Amino acid sequence: MIFLVLLRRLAEMVFVLFSISVLVFLIFFATPGADPAARIAGRGASPATLAAVRHAFGLDQPLPVQYGLMMKHLFITQDLTSFVNPGQLVIPAVLQAVPVTLSLVFGAAVIWLIFAVAIGVTAAALRGSVIDRSLMFLAMAGVSMPVFWLGEVANLITQARFHNTVLFSWVPALGYVPLTQNPLLWFKSLVIPWTVLAVTYIGLYSRVLRANLVEALTEDYIRTARAKGLSERQVIFRHALRMSLITLVSMFGLDFGALVGGGALLIEVVCALPGVGMLTYQALQNLDLPFIMATVMYGAIFIVAANTVVDMLYLLIDPRARGAR
Amino acid sequence: MLLDVQNLSISFRTPRGLLPVVEDVSFQLAESEILAIVGESGSGKSLTALSIMRLITDPNAIITGKILFKGEDILTLKEPAMRRLRGGAMAMIFQDPMTALTPVYTIGAQIVEQIRIHTKLPTWQARLRAESLLAAMGIADAQQISRRFPHQLSGGMRQRVMIAMALSCSPALLIADEPTTALDVTVQAQILELLLKLRKEFNSSILLITHDMGIVAQTADRVAVMYAGRIAESGATGDIFAHPMHPYTAGLLAAIPQLHGPRINAFSAIPGAPPAPHEKPAGCAFAPRCAYRIAVCAERPPLLHGPFRQVACFRAGEVA
Amino acid sequence: MLAFAILIVIIAACLAAPWYAQNISQSDPFASNLDGSITLAGQPVDIMQSADTGFGVTPIGPTWTQKYFLGADDQGRDVAARILFGGRNSLLIAAGATLICLTLAGLIGIVAGFSGGFVDSILARILDILWAFPVYLLAISLSAVLISRGLKLGPVTIDSDSLLIPIAIIGIVYVPYVARPIRGQVLSLARSDFVLAAVCLGVPRARILWKDILPNVITTLIVFAPLMMALNMLTEAALSFLSIGVQPPAASWGTIILDGEGLLYTRPAVAIAPGLAIMLTVVALNFLGDGVREAFDPRAKIRVQK
Ligand SMILES: Nc1ncnc2c1ncn2[C@@H]1O[C@H](COP(=O)(O)OP(=O)(O)OP(=O)(O)O)[C@@H](O)[C@H]1O
Ligand SMILES: [Mg+2]
Repeated sequence: MIFLVLLRRLAEMVFVLFSISVLVFLIFFATPGADPAARIAGRGASPATLAAVRHAFGLDQPLPVQYGLMMKHLFITQDLTSFVNPGQLVIPAVLQAVPVTLSLVFGAAVIWLIFAVAIGVTAAALRGSVIDRSLMFLAMAGVSMPVFWLGEVANLITQARFHNTVLFSWVPALGYVPLTQNPLLWFKSLVIPWTVLAVTYIGLYSRVLRANLVEALTEDYIRTARAKGLSERQVIFRHALRMSLITLVSMFGLDFGALVGGGALLIEVVCALPGVGMLTYQALQNLDLPFIMATVMYGAIFIVAANTVVDMLYLLIDPRARGAR
Repeated sequence: MLLDVQNLSISFRTPRGLLPVVEDVSFQLAESEILAIVGESGSGKSLTALSIMRLITDPNAIITGKILFKGEDILTLKEPAMRRLRGGAMAMIFQDPMTALTPVYTIGAQIVEQIRIHTKLPTWQARLRAESLLAAMGIADAQQISRRFPHQLSGGMRQRVMIAMALSCSPALLIADEPTTALDVTVQAQILELLLKLRKEFNSSILLITHDMGIVAQTADRVAVMYAGRIAESGATGDIFAHPMHPYTAGLLAAIPQLHGPRINAFSAIPGAPPAPHEKPAGCAFAPRCAYRIAVCAERPPLLHGPFRQVACFRAGEVA
Repeated sequence: MLAFAILIVIIAACLAAPWYAQNISQSDPFASNLDGSITLAGQPVDIMQSADTGFGVTPIGPTWTQKYFLGADDQGRDVAARILFGGRNSLLIAAGATLICLTLAGLIGIVAGFSGGFVDSILARILDILWAFPVYLLAISLSAVLISRGLKLGPVTIDSDSLLIPIAIIGIVYVPYVARPIRGQVLSLARSDFVLAAVCLGVPRARILWKDILPNVITTLIVFAPLMMALNMLTEAALSFLSIGVQPPAASWGTIILDGEGLLYTRPAVAIAPGLAIMLTVVALNFLGDGVREAFDPRAKIRVQK
């Protein structure tokens, strides 16, 4: 039974991924006016050069064939190469960037979950008070900041303005140091990007959590919990929070997937982290289609996988979902 | 006297001013006695019950009066002491069993949680106790059931679970707020039977809230009839049923179907509707619907008087 | 209410941009001004000053006076005036995209939810797929392609630097976010007792749609509007920051932050000011969204009444 469900999910995932790859392919190869060959050959290339380029890159073949070839190179032979730097293999480049993005998103996620739960619970416990209102205002401000701008401001403060004060003299120059090479430096160089990335999500999650908690606290089962003689803290943590986490977990799964899948692009660019987002960004700048295809597919895989994991988690944390289906 | 409620009033601060919902309510409950509070929807029964457990969490609520439980005033008790009482010496069963249990924990775990707060029993013993309680509620296969989640049980089952939970620490006072309203008739009868049996076994006093006169007749030793936030009449069940002294009570009783007649709502048999809390008249709240109305009724509310049999009506002696 | 007032002020200020450029800053915010100078406290000051290090030039910093209130960017253009002009584009794009998004989402949601059956499953399926697509990547991919070449669709040609491109792209990518809840709402409305009763009474479907479903959907859309506009502002800024949104010489708050990136350590005001403008606007929109939701959500209303 479980096996069948899994199989169905897998089929769905493959279907979604297939649709996404077709969509991306169409965006880049079949948009009216789009001509990858002109891009590769450079501006003002002669028709003869264009034709030669087209032939060399297989762009003179019918679209479905081109699509098939690209997918074959991407997934089966895994030897897709860049259009812009001929010979550069795409897949190793992406694989090399994955740890950077994972480090970034993982650390940020830890920070944002801790802070969001702390803020959300505090605000809900003190609902209506001045503390509640100020926390929620700050959270709203956090949600409303452009991430890349916040990253720049953080850089300005920690790299330039206050870099020579005790507060930020420990911050290393922008860039990434692999964990395996120097764990301490890895940590130091990521603290600022983690914080910047976390701010938006702290704001978002603490607001959602507070709203859920406040709603949950009006439920009958909370009254029962109080009637049992539980303290307010036990009521909030054991009963209200446990119920609110159901929503939060699903949000978290999707956001984590989206960020690992390339959503952290802006921070990676601003903080000079050579992750998948940065790779996408560079590929977009010179329209290096194989790279774009690879990074988008990689991102889609993560997001679709995150969707599936969330559905599975649901079964774990919400007993009501187990009976259904 | 186990419970002695004196001049309890509850009102809410609202944008439109102070909203009096419960006014000047007094009643007593002796050991192993069953007192029923009857009244229409909105008459303040649940709020009265909740205030005894001190479970009114609305920060706009103002509660005055005295609630003496074993001689101690609950309203001035410190929160930790109050917590020890809640679920320990006094327990409550709520109106709607469908939503009263936390959906994500097994019912066994939820009963064990309460036992563990009030006793020093280790978890495994608490589990055994929970299972034996469930069995005492007439649940066959209690071990199995205690591993189920609330959504896997029927309403009647859930109410049994709620009762088992309420009784898990042998409370001296059990407050049952319309324990059968949400259930169908056959299940209703079973649950009531259960409550009567438990009174015998556990020797608990029960404050039974209902709007069903039939239930009152079957179970209660004494009755207090509430109307628009005040007690209209109270006394021994037999007395009240035989000789109602308040026109409202009389109206309610007259509307009860004889034996197996069609079930009708006793409240709707009296013409008119009770006033909303913000539009209560200055005098007797029942006066606009009352056939015995005289001039003084509109001027001031009648006071509850009498030693065992209490009535709040200026013409109490004349009601037949 | 305060949020609404702030929004009005921001919009009014941005509308007054040409007036500000002409009468207050007195310079063309779209023409570079590399060797101009202004008089400050009686002294002539170059707009592009030689840097302290001796290499290159640094634009003038904030003067906190009429001219170059927030300083100049690397082209010697008045940043304050540019922020007002940029705000017009940012607001226009966000508003336009919101309109497109809500219209499309409303249409799709109603068609899917009301027609049901085959049409519904197809549309729901498509929405699911788009849902799984990384929004930023979709927007970025579309922008990268369209910005580099423009769009030729039959007789319609859209230039690559037209504002229509970011408006359309941002408007489209968030459609699933709104269409899914709308579809759910329409589905539950279409199955609700009062609609079923109406169907049984022989009320024409078009009339049910018009009388019962449309008003509900529009309420939901109104609740979504400020929140979507806030989201769109942030997306526009991101795209423009990646130089695949608003194209120079036109400006938006996102492009001004990009202009300021190179001057970050010397003239931080260039990047900080437009960011603050975005933040203020988005905070105001979000609060407005909260207010609107409370005004329309019946549950919230009950809570207030109690
Ligand atoms: N937090 C609150 N703020 C304002 N008014 C309230 C609040 N809680 C309850 N009320 C009002 O108090 C009145 C009495 O409510 P209560 O729940 O005690 O009625 P009840 O007798 O239990 O009715 P039912 O039979 O429907 O359960 C109602 O009119 C209700 O609207
Ligand atoms: Mg009640």
